[in-house]
Parts: sequence; C-alpha cells; structure tokens
Amino acid sequence: MGMTITEKILARAAGVDRVVPGQLVDANIDVVMCHDVTTPPAISMLVEKGIDRVFDPDKIVVTPDHFQPAKDVQSAELHKRLDDWARRHGIKHYYKLGRAGVCHALLPEQGHIRPGEVIVGGDSHTCTYGAFAAFSTGIGSTDLAAAIATGKLWFKVPASMKFVLNGSLPPGVYSKDVILAVIGRIGTDGALYRAMEFVGPALAGMSMEARMTMTNMAIEAGAKNGIMAFDDTTQTYLRQHLKESTAYQVFESDRDAEYLATETFDCAKLEPMVALPHLPSNAVPIGQCAGRPMDQAYIGSCTNGRIEDLRLAARIMKGKQVAIRTLIVSSTPEVWKQASDEGLFDVFYSAGCVISAPTCGACLGGFMGVLAAGEKCVSTTNRNFVGRMGHPKSEVYLASPATAAASAVEGKLTDPRKYL
Amino acid sequence: MLRSRDDKKTQRQKSEVWPMAKAHVYQRDHINTDEIIPARYLNTDKEAELAKHCMEDLDAGFVKKAKAGDVIVAGDDFGCGSSREHAVWAIRGAKVQTVIARSFARIFYRNAINCGFYLIESADAVDKIKDGDEIEIDYDAGVIKDETSKTKIQFMPLPDFALEIIRDGGLLDHIMKTSA
Repeated sequence: MGMTITEKILARAAGVDRVVPGQLVDANIDVVMCHDVTTPPAISMLVEKGIDRVFDPDKIVVTPDHFQPAKDVQSAELHKRLDDWARRHGIKHYYKLGRAGVCHALLPEQGHIRPGEVIVGGDSHTCTYGAFAAFSTGIGSTDLAAAIATGKLWFKVPASMKFVLNGSLPPGVYSKDVILAVIGRIGTDGALYRAMEFVGPALAGMSMEARMTMTNMAIEAGAKNGIMAFDDTTQTYLRQHLKESTAYQVFESDRDAEYLATETFDCAKLEPMVALPHLPSNAVPIGQCAGRPMDQAYIGSCTNGRIEDLRLAARIMKGKQVAIRTLIVSSTPEVWKQASDEGLFDVFYSAGCVISAPTCGACLGGFMGVLAAGEKCVSTTNRNFVGRMGHPKSEVYLASPATAAASAVEGKLTDPRKYL
Repeated sequence: MLRSRDDKKTQRQKSEVWPMAKAHVYQRDHINTDEIIPARYLNTDKEAELAKHCMEDLDAGFVKKAKAGDVIVAGDDFGCGSSREHAVWAIRGAKVQTVIARSFARIFYRNAINCGFYLIESADAVDKIKDGDEIEIDYDAGVIKDETSKTKIQFMPLPDFALEIIRDGGLLDHIMKTSA
C-alpha cells in the first residue's frame, strides 16, 4: 500500500521508512513560527522549568502580528517579552515592527516555507503552509515551548481525506468561495484530526496566494493539516521567494495511497459563497443572502490580505464610493508597499476606505475595526464565531475579497459578478 | 514577568475527588475558543485573569455560578477554532474539574493533555447527565457517578501516552523526565 504526501513527510521527519495513520511519531521540526499571543507564555514556561533554550536560533521565525502595533499596555508587555527573548537567543529571523506582518502571509513571502518540511506554529492557521507541499500544523503554547527547546514534537499520523476540485473557476468565483463550499459540505468537524489533501485541475489555475487561502482554512473543518502537491506554480513562487536555503525535497502521494474519504467538487458550477453567522460551515451561495444590510467591510487577514486580494478589491471599488465603513488591511509590509506602488491606496482612499498597517487587527476582535452590539461585518477573514470580531452580539459574514468589496460599495451583501 | 502557574493543581485533578461537583450542561456543538476565552482578553496570559472571563461569550453568568470542582458538559467539537491554550487555562483557572464532551477539537484536546488537564470524551455521559446534576468522577476506574439520577456511566480513559504526560504533570515535565 502506498503513502500519502502527509505520511511521507512525517515519515521523513521521524526518520523512518513508512508510517500509517494513527501511528505516534516523534518528528523533527524544520521551522517554528512564533507570534505575540501564544509565544510569550511558552517563553515563561521554559524559563520557569529552567530550560530557557532554543533548539536552533536559525529555524525559529518570529513576528508579532495579532496585537501589533501594540494596542494597549498589556499587549505592549507581550511584545516586550517576545522581544527580550528573541534578542537573548539571537533569533535570526525576527521581524520587528516595520517588517513584521501577519505570520501566515509573511513566512512564505519571506522565503521560510519549503516543500517537504515540517512546520509548526503557535497559531491554528499554521496549516496555511501546506499549499507548498509541506506538513504544517497549529499548536498551543506548551507544544510551542517543547518545539522551541527541543526541535521535536510528537504527532499522531493523520488519516487523509481527498478533495478533488474539478473544472475551473467561473468569473467572480475565487479560491475563498471554493474552501467555503468545501467546509459548507463537510462541516466544521468534517475533517477532524485528518489531513485535507486538495487535488484536481482547478488548483492548476490558482496562484500560490489563492491556494494558501484554501489550506489556511483547513482548520475550519477541524483538520490537522491541509496540503497540496508541488507543481510549476509552486516552483516559480519558491524561485522568487526563497532566500538562503533554497534546497528542498518534493514528496507526492502514491497512486495507491489510502484515503478515508474522497469528496469531489465541480468548481465550474460554484457561485460566490458567503458563510453566515456563526460558523464557517454556514456557507450559502450569494443568491441566498444578497441584500442583507452590512455596517462594515473588512479586507485583510492571513486568509485574504495578500496583494492579489487587494488588487481585486481595488478593481471593484475603482471610481466608486463605499457605503459602509471599510478597512483595508495589508497582511505584510511588502504587500503594503506593492499596493502603494500600484496605486491601489489611491483607489481605496478615493472610495472612502481606511488603510491600516499590517496586523491581525479586528479579524480576531483585537483592535482596528471591532464591532459594536448588533453590527454586521462582511469580512475576508476565516472565522465568524460568536464575538469573533467584537461584541458577542455582532455578526460576521465570511466572503471573498470581491464579494466584500462589492458589498462595501452597496452597503449590503452583493454579488460581485455585476462589477466584474 | 512569569505567568503564575500552580502545578500541584493540575496533578490534583486525577487524585483528588471532588464530591458533589455540579454539571453545567451546554447542549451545543462547536463551542469554540472565542466563546471559551474571547480574544479581547488575550492580551494577558495570567490564568487568574483569564478565569474571570471563562465561557463569557457563551454564558456570561458561568464564572459566578461555577464552584471549584464543577464540570462543563457539552456536545461535539468542543474547543474548535484557535490554538490558544488560554482556553484550557481559563477553564482550569476557573477551577473547573474537567470538560465532558461528545468530542473535542484537535488542538484544544492536545493542549489540555500537554497542560496535564484530563478531558473526558463520552457521548453516553453527555446523553445522561442533566444540567445541575451532582456527579463524582473516578478517573482511574473510568466511571462517572451521577448522584442525582443515581446512574453510573463508564468512559474510556485516555490512551496510555496521554496518561503518561498527564501523570508527569504536563508535556514539559514529561520531556524533562524522559530525556533526563
């Protein structure tokens, strides 16, 4: 029996020839991602246990993002703890304010993600990096502390589920709509403990940015990781972004690899999707919810705050005025610079949007656009749980940047296809 | 500044019996980390601070009514969402003895084991325990006694590797012990 790409990467990292689902392995970690919310407690644990060490200062990537720039005194203290620690251990890849960005956009962009590697991060959306044929998963602070100190973690090898994406996306439909349709079908625990392996011709037409939007939300179906095969698009992106260590190993699933289930989607038939409150799985086609009045639009986050997302939003807003509060939040300084160079900020400014520094901001209800009781926000982010973006009685509607931009213009949920 | 932790407390969970622990039943699936501890409180990692807001966006009255040793009972996929271990700390800080659920989200479950916090996965228990029931849990035997309905419910203990981590007081202590 063959192995899946997830099984092969875990076997490689555990130093064994093969692994099977359910098997416990001790895997060597290639990259550890650290941010400002979950890393400070991990540091405190290590100090307290008398094991304040890092397994390799070159393999840890640090960026404050959730509450950066510091939103209050307490978050400033978290940043200070992170900063003291990063300096103390000579962390090589430490992105400080000015170069810091939303972690899952920043790491691939700055060349820290390589195929075949095992990447862990103290953030549930760490599964994003699976778009690069890598195994990556989100962990809590204790795991993070263990990974920082030892460079190893235990994993239970997940069984894989295959998602076959046939056809190509019609105009106005994007990878965000695909992943919302997937989660809508299987539910928020439809892939609990599983690897979600995405395959099929629809992927070939997607950029790495678009693919990352999909693997980013694997956790919203409960998955351990999301993963995609390496192809020319992956290779081109890596050629442009890898800086120092440019070697990597490409794994692919065997033809006779075993899958727990296979779900097939005809992407040509998909429509723009909106996930209604309060679960990402409450996904419906725009036709079923268009017209609902909104109070705010939020375009940003690790899901959809990349340059092509901002380009798409600008294309729709060009020459128009937004009817509701609209926030544009670039995910990284490089995205910010590029958007500025391309004149996108002029479009957003003229349309009446506010343009933020890179931050996770209001995506998780931190700051920079949190909601009051009863308010509704159409958002390109990944979660619409109760209270996610502010008051427990506010509502979040998840959508693509195109749908969010069209909805911003009309002040209500709007089918973006009329603007394209 | 170090996060205040009380390791004895986590180890006490298995050995100490809380008589007359009250069950707080939430017959809902997908109770997520944003409801357990909203992100607006993540600017601290102090357990005592987090505990004040435990379950706040699901049930704002929870902290007031829960007493030491009480148990949260819920449906499927408890703890889905963020990887914030703060969710486990908030629950533990609120002196909740354990969470009994039909199933748990993966990262929350793993975080709990890593913290040395025992969780119980049992559909049977979720079906039988009613809100306000007084229960007693024998972790070693894998038995929940519902004193109110006078029923005994068996549950599957955690797998051995998880028990080892919990017995050692959490993942870091386990690593230090096994690599010494």
